[in-house]
Amino acid sequence: MDVNVSLTVNGKKVTGKAEPRTLLVQFLRETLGLTGTHVGCDTSQCGACVVHIDGVSVKSCTILAVQCEGKKVTTIEGLAKDGKLHPMQQAFHENHGLQCGFCTPGMIMSAVDLAKRNPKPSETEVREWLEGNICRCTGYHNIVKAIMAGAQASHDLKG
Amino acid sequence: MTDMSIGRAVKRTEDLRFITGKGHYLDDFSRPHQTYAAFVRSPHAHAEIKKINKTKALKVPGVVAVLTGDELAADKIGTLICGWVIKGKDGSPHKAPPHPALATKKVRYVGDHVAVVIGETLDAAKDGAEAVEVEYRTLPAAVDTASAHKPGQPQLHAEAPNNLCYDWEIGDRAKVDAAFSGAAHAVKLQFVNNRLVPNAIEPRAALADYDTGSGEFTLYTTSQNPHVARLVLSAFIGIAPEHKLRVIAPDVGGGFGSKIFIYAEETVALWAARKIGRPVKWTAERSESFVSDAHGRDHVTTAELATDKDGKFLAMRVNTVANLGAYLSTFASAVPTYLYATLLAGQYKTPLIYCDVQGVFTNTTPVDAYRGAGRPEATYVVERLVEEMAAKLKIAPDELRRRNFVQANEFPYTTPVIHQYDCGDFQRAQREALRVADVAGFAQRKADAKKRGKLRGLGYSSYIEACGIAPSAAVGSLGGGVGLWESATIRFNPTGNVSIHVGTHSHGQSHQTTFAQVVADRLGVPFESVEIVEGDTARTPFGMGTYGSRSAAVGLSAVSKAADKIVEKGKKIAGHLLEAAPQDIEFRDGKFRVMGTDKEVGIAQVAFAAYVPHNYPKDLEPGFEETAFYDPLNFSFPAGTHVAEVEIDPETGTTEIVNYSAVDDFGTIINPMIVEGQVHGGIVQGVGQALLEGAVYDADGQLASGSYMDYTMPRADNVPSFKVETIVVPSPLNPLGVKGCGEAGAIAAPAAVMNAVHDALRAVGVDKVEMPATPHRVWSAIRNAKKKAAK
Ligand code: FES
Ligand code: FES
Repeated sequence: MDVNVSLTVNGKKVTGKAEPRTLLVQFLRETLGLTGTHVGCDTSQCGACVVHIDGVSVKSCTILAVQCEGKKVTTIEGLAKDGKLHPMQQAFHENHGLQCGFCTPGMIMSAVDLAKRNPKPSETEVREWLEGNICRCTGYHNIVKAIMAGAQASHDLKG
Repeated sequence: MTDMSIGRAVKRTEDLRFITGKGHYLDDFSRPHQTYAAFVRSPHAHAEIKKINKTKALKVPGVVAVLTGDELAADKIGTLICGWVIKGKDGSPHKAPPHPALATKKVRYVGDHVAVVIGETLDAAKDGAEAVEVEYRTLPAAVDTASAHKPGQPQLHAEAPNNLCYDWEIGDRAKVDAAFSGAAHAVKLQFVNNRLVPNAIEPRAALADYDTGSGEFTLYTTSQNPHVARLVLSAFIGIAPEHKLRVIAPDVGGGFGSKIFIYAEETVALWAARKIGRPVKWTAERSESFVSDAHGRDHVTTAELATDKDGKFLAMRVNTVANLGAYLSTFASAVPTYLYATLLAGQYKTPLIYCDVQGVFTNTTPVDAYRGAGRPEATYVVERLVEEMAAKLKIAPDELRRRNFVQANEFPYTTPVIHQYDCGDFQRAQREALRVADVAGFAQRKADAKKRGKLRGLGYSSYIEACGIAPSAAVGSLGGGVGLWESATIRFNPTGNVSIHVGTHSHGQSHQTTFAQVVADRLGVPFESVEIVEGDTARTPFGMGTYGSRSAAVGLSAVSKAADKIVEKGKKIAGHLLEAAPQDIEFRDGKFRVMGTDKEVGIAQVAFAAYVPHNYPKDLEPGFEETAFYDPLNFSFPAGTHVAEVEIDPETGTTEIVNYSAVDDFGTIINPMIVEGQVHGGIVQGVGQALLEGAVYDADGQLASGSYMDYTMPRADNVPSFKVETIVVPSPLNPLGVKGCGEAGAIAAPAAVMNAVHDALRAVGVDKVEMPATPHRVWSAIRNAKKKAAK
């Protein structure tokens, strides 16, 4: 029943076996050992599993591994480049945008996508964008602050 | 003072692993040759198990074993326990019916554990679980909190007639009744404190391993208190002798109480691992979390407050029916009694208080401590009563509070419900809160809102809580089965860096940063060279874990005490090295110095000398490591005033929180950034209770709100940013003067928000809305009030 899936994950070409019913998040965590992407629900509501597929944020529990054949996937592990944190990661650290850290990978991956679309999001825009990501610890206050700062910093970096 | 000292907003050292995806949560662990567990859970709220047929399940490819409650009992695995015995009005102990980890004769709630299927893969285990055939004879269910103990209800346990676990009281009923009959004014409220599902975003999980060679068990589990888990699993459930069981709680993704308890799943995983001779892993799916994590709150309360003609509080009378669910969870019995009714004095000098509580069993998921645990319920009672009394007497609610506050010069203050408050300044916190919330400008904002067709309301919550349950002997005298001290070992390594081994557990609280701050500050070592070790019974001294906002007040006190011992020993070594008497040595900023001279030696050098004791005091033990156990003198009492401001759209019933301000007294602050974060998170859980969240059972006992599709978690666009400040009245009772900050938000917010909602709705004749104040409830209340007015 298993089929081979080939895709690019965090810049590296990988091939692995997956059942047709295997979700991308299972494939990442179990086959590739990339456990930074988390599972917080079974109804595609929490956003702990957000990754990028071809540069766009996607809940990796809503897509099958086999659907990602030939695609470019970036996970939280692939966000820092050459040992340097992405500005959004840095902003979460600077602004205390995480407590237990479980929602954080999904939050950051989602926020990076927002920053690409909207380099200067307002507080309201950030809060609306986060509709698909649940955090039980932070009360969102510092996540919102972090994303506004991180978006700005990402923008400045690009110049 | 350095940038890393106590009081500085030091950035967290735990962040790097979490923001790069390198945290180690439970489901990230695997053991070679591991198997997977899937539970067969009851689809019925109440039923007899007639037969369990494993045949089909065992034929599913990849199924390793199917295990049931009869086998568990045959192996003499004990039942789950409740660690706190409540004595009722008549002095008899509460009823604690057996709570098997796998049900044998009856199931008592939807989600109750019937069997476990072990598979080579998770899919095989799940397919196997689907194939287990269970024959049930369904029984009528008792679901409703208020009526569960009334005659004629379906009975859950033969041991608990009328589903009554206990009927408990505190205070002098006769005196309270007399005060009410002579009082100038009284108000009476009836309300529900809604049932909540904790919903830590990391689901509970367990990975159990048994080593046939050594006879040792290892349990990786999502626990807030690994040593407590080990103790209960060995002493009471009888899985393994304590010294043969290692419990590891690695990075844990939030707890809020739900990960304190010792559940069926980890018990079964350990037992099954030994039975099949392979590691067993189980991770909850969210739908399982909804039915199997202990829920919180669920009270039905009638509360009354009496005052004299000037609004001075004379007496309070409260009756609460508390839903405990189908079985007693680990600390369930204490939550609606000693963690609840003892806080009914609030910040006020109410001289007489009586409360009685009926703890009832129902065919629902067990209920236990959830962030705040009893104190949000108490605060809701007190602060709703005060606000309604203010409305009745037409006294400004902040003024009525001031007339009744315990004053700053009246501490220690003993309430009529056991507690002795050590210190505080309620008036100052309120004054600051009025400023931060710009209460002076509220009338204008309300008028502006009215022009826009909106109803604006302001609500206060002047809460007090009791953190760091203690001292152990007092806990014991009230029926608690545990000691509630904490432990810490400070170990200097020969190279001068330091490992701190503590019995607390961080699952979002940032101990790695704050504990290192305290040690760096106290011992004058660089912040970077301090390592915090917790969450592994093999690597830490016995400790009671983290809950009830105890880590700073109790855990850091132990750390502080261990630091004192290090300094004490260091003086002896330094005295020898500097050729002076130990009593002539002073310690400051990491240096031992001969008083009045410039002769000094650094603590790292002293550590080295202790491990390479060539030039060393003759009768002193080598090594530089000290352990301290700390049993607090009393609870600590964080308190403050929160102010919520809401705007309600009468057309839709939607409530928007437009401002939220908090001024809290947590005593000494170790790290203000982290404290603010704790307050933010707590407030949003409280807002969730007030406006969004509610576990709903239908009459048959099915959980209607069993996923994120139907249980409304607060999301980023449901809440505003907050204004959070602190005042500092250090606790005189512990070495650092800290009080605890983890639960304040969740305790204060429901009352603040609901007082604001009632304030807004009073203008349109609404006198009552229950939590959660959903748009539908608010809209209906407004419509009903209009209808009534039209009559
Ligand atoms: S795991 Fe919750 S949305 Fe994907
Ligand atoms: S930091 Fe814990 S869920 Fe967001």
